Amino acid sequence: MSKTYEKYYVPAQSPWPIVGAVALFLIAFGAGNYVNEVTRQQPGYGGYMLAAGFVVLIFMLFGWFKNVIDESMSGLYSVQMDRSFRQGMSWFIVSEVMFFMAFFGALFYGRVIALDWLSGGSNNAMTFEILWPSFEAMWPLLKTPGGIETQAMPATGLPLINTAILVISSVTLHFAHTGLEQSKRGQLKIMLLVTLLLGATFLGLQVYEYIHAYRDLGLTLASGFYGNTFFLLTGFHGMHVTLGAIILLFVFFRVLKGHFTPEKHFAFQAAAWYWHFVDVVWLCLYVFVYVI
Amino acid sequence: MSAVVTDHEHEHHDHKPSGIKRWLYTTNHKDIGTMYLVFALIMFFIGGAMAMVIRAELFQPGMQFVEPNFFNQMTTVHGLIMVFGAVMPAFTGLANWMIPMMIGAPDMALPRMNNWSFWILPFAFLILLMSLFMPGGGPSFGWTFYAPLSTTYSGDSTALFVFSVHIMGISSIMGAINVIVTIFNLRAPGMTWMKMPLFVWTWLITAFLLIMVMPVLAGVVTMVLTDKYFGTSFFDAAGGGDPVLFQHIFWFFGHPEVYIMILPAFGIVSSIVPTFARKPLFGYASMVYATSSIALLSFLVWAHHMFTTGMPVAGALFFMYCTMLIAVPTGVKVFNWVATMWRGAMTFEVPMMFALAFIVLFTIGGFSGLMLAITPADFQYHDTYFVVAHFHYVLVTGAVFSIIAAAYYWLPKWTGHMYDEKLGQWHFWCSLISVNMLFFPMHFVGLAGMPRRIPDYALQFADFNAFISIGGFLFGASQLIFVAVLVKCARGGEKATAQVWEGAEGLEWEVPSPAPYHTFETPPVIK
Repeated sequence: MSKTYEKYYVPAQSPWPIVGAVALFLIAFGAGNYVNEVTRQQPGYGGYMLAAGFVVLIFMLFGWFKNVIDESMSGLYSVQMDRSFRQGMSWFIVSEVMFFMAFFGALFYGRVIALDWLSGGSNNAMTFEILWPSFEAMWPLLKTPGGIETQAMPATGLPLINTAILVISSVTLHFAHTGLEQSKRGQLKIMLLVTLLLGATFLGLQVYEYIHAYRDLGLTLASGFYGNTFFLLTGFHGMHVTLGAIILLFVFFRVLKGHFTPEKHFAFQAAAWYWHFVDVVWLCLYVFVYVI
Repeated sequence: MSAVVTDHEHEHHDHKPSGIKRWLYTTNHKDIGTMYLVFALIMFFIGGAMAMVIRAELFQPGMQFVEPNFFNQMTTVHGLIMVFGAVMPAFTGLANWMIPMMIGAPDMALPRMNNWSFWILPFAFLILLMSLFMPGGGPSFGWTFYAPLSTTYSGDSTALFVFSVHIMGISSIMGAINVIVTIFNLRAPGMTWMKMPLFVWTWLITAFLLIMVMPVLAGVVTMVLTDKYFGTSFFDAAGGGDPVLFQHIFWFFGHPEVYIMILPAFGIVSSIVPTFARKPLFGYASMVYATSSIALLSFLVWAHHMFTTGMPVAGALFFMYCTMLIAVPTGVKVFNWVATMWRGAMTFEVPMMFALAFIVLFTIGGFSGLMLAITPADFQYHDTYFVVAHFHYVLVTGAVFSIIAAAYYWLPKWTGHMYDEKLGQWHFWCSLISVNMLFFPMHFVGLAGMPRRIPDYALQFADFNAFISIGGFLFGASQLIFVAVLVKCARGGEKATAQVWEGAEGLEWEVPSPAPYHTFETPPVIK
């Protein structure tokens, strides 16, 4: 801990948290109803509530971040405050890691244990004989015990290109960071823009891959354990890339406005951490979902 | 001999915002702490009312008052509310109030996010409670929402349940991040790690557990959602999944979760016992290490909830031995509390009474936990009332008693008034007797084979169940005394001094009572 103790900035009252709570209420309640409406084909207002929730959430984020940026730009934040933000962001990323761990855990369990047991492994010989005697364990699971068939997504081709794109985007973001630290604003802007374009390309190719999976390979969300883990892992990863790209976009706008100094640039740092984290998740995902 | 110090200090009046906006817009850790505690109390009574419905139905064999489906909803929502709505928010409220004062911080590290964490909760539980009034009723698959009960056989309210758990999780994770960052970054100069009060230590470790496991809960409810609505088969063997996978993921969250609900209790008892024994805590360092080991072990024991799912013997043995290992650090704690009291100049005000009851009754719950950990024995106990007795001893006479003890202990600091000691003693004795009438006989009916979560039972359990139900109603009624004490204390009473209790030590006892709206705006210096 540093020895100097400036006054720690405790913000006065703020309306944004309660607005954010209302937004989450609308999202959760709307989504809870919307899911039923969509799958049961009933009419209802869930979708509108959900959409309204996102509108309120975006409104809240704009207001909240505007307050924080204004406070930061007017020099209210001490070094200690900066440390709070950094630690907060780091622990948030830890929680995100654990979220993905749940799905990776499911993937490992399914491959190593569930499929083995379904084909008679451990002490399940009798269950196997009675339930699905013709089932063969394999990975990717191209034919489920229930008989749904699919084709596997190859590891080469598009997914490999996407991996390269994401890795390169991490590198360009790193150069943007060094540009910021060395006060090379030109390098910062260009490298940040390149990172954003690479992120957008990744997402576009990912959408293309999904269409390919659904249309040509018969690989859908409902095609058994392989499809489940494939779509949930890549899908949540894609959502995180989208979020990371939106954060980077706002960081880019702030860079254009001349924000951030070589010493103080928490928002940039946090966005970069998030982007690198998303990149690492992809590498794990590529290895365990596509390659092995 | 009384522990109450009776000198008088002048009162501080400082500016605070007024009206409803004070509570909606607040960034003050004391306001947010108060809101958490009041919310937890309300939820405690709503969840308690559901327990009363359960006990009324079980008062006699046969179907009496409610339909089986409604009974299932009661057991489910009672569990969810007590875990996520009462115990966890109460501990978070205590953390909000006490941690900044204990470490000499001006507030929590991220005050606005702190308010957001709180205000999500009333909305989350509004959704959960509203789902009870949907056609087909609310969630009825038990608070553990095992697949396929929650996927294939659940009602339309499942999606609402899933999303309400999602936003509860968001609230918990943000609360936990705030606690960790506050402790790491906002300690006053000189407040080194091994000088921190144990309540701060235990909450630090609890917050770490929350960050590690709440996202896993979010993951598993998401899989339930997609399995039910979008055709995935994570928990369906026909698609290559496995219902047992659900239990693995759920209990990977669930077991650390039960320590999330008990570690702060250890911190509270470690604060109260030294005060009323007028001796420093015995074995401070060993308490810190024991808490850490319990947290670490909590990640390695989840499958002891699943011994009857047919796991390989090697797995069962591993989880059995790891589970028993937890008794060692827990035993260290109980030993340290007893050693702290050894030859202390003890007095027995209400906080100390609840803390003492905690030590004895929590240990009973710990012992029945050890019995359940023995794999072959667990085959007999699994899903019986013995399990219900076990976890209610650790959660009601453990977690809830510690929260009540904390409330009595710190009420004078919060309100500036002493609570009514006589009424408090009445609350304690009524609670102590009724809670044991309620939960102790459950051990016997459980060992005799009465299954849990069933609205009817075999005739030979009738007398025991009538007795248990009477204990339940008395325990519920006893908590009304608690409300009376709280209201009375908030409205007025004997003025409390800064130190409040003769043997109390720590930064929170150096600020006046009631604690000023803002404390430690410049950090204090700790010797």
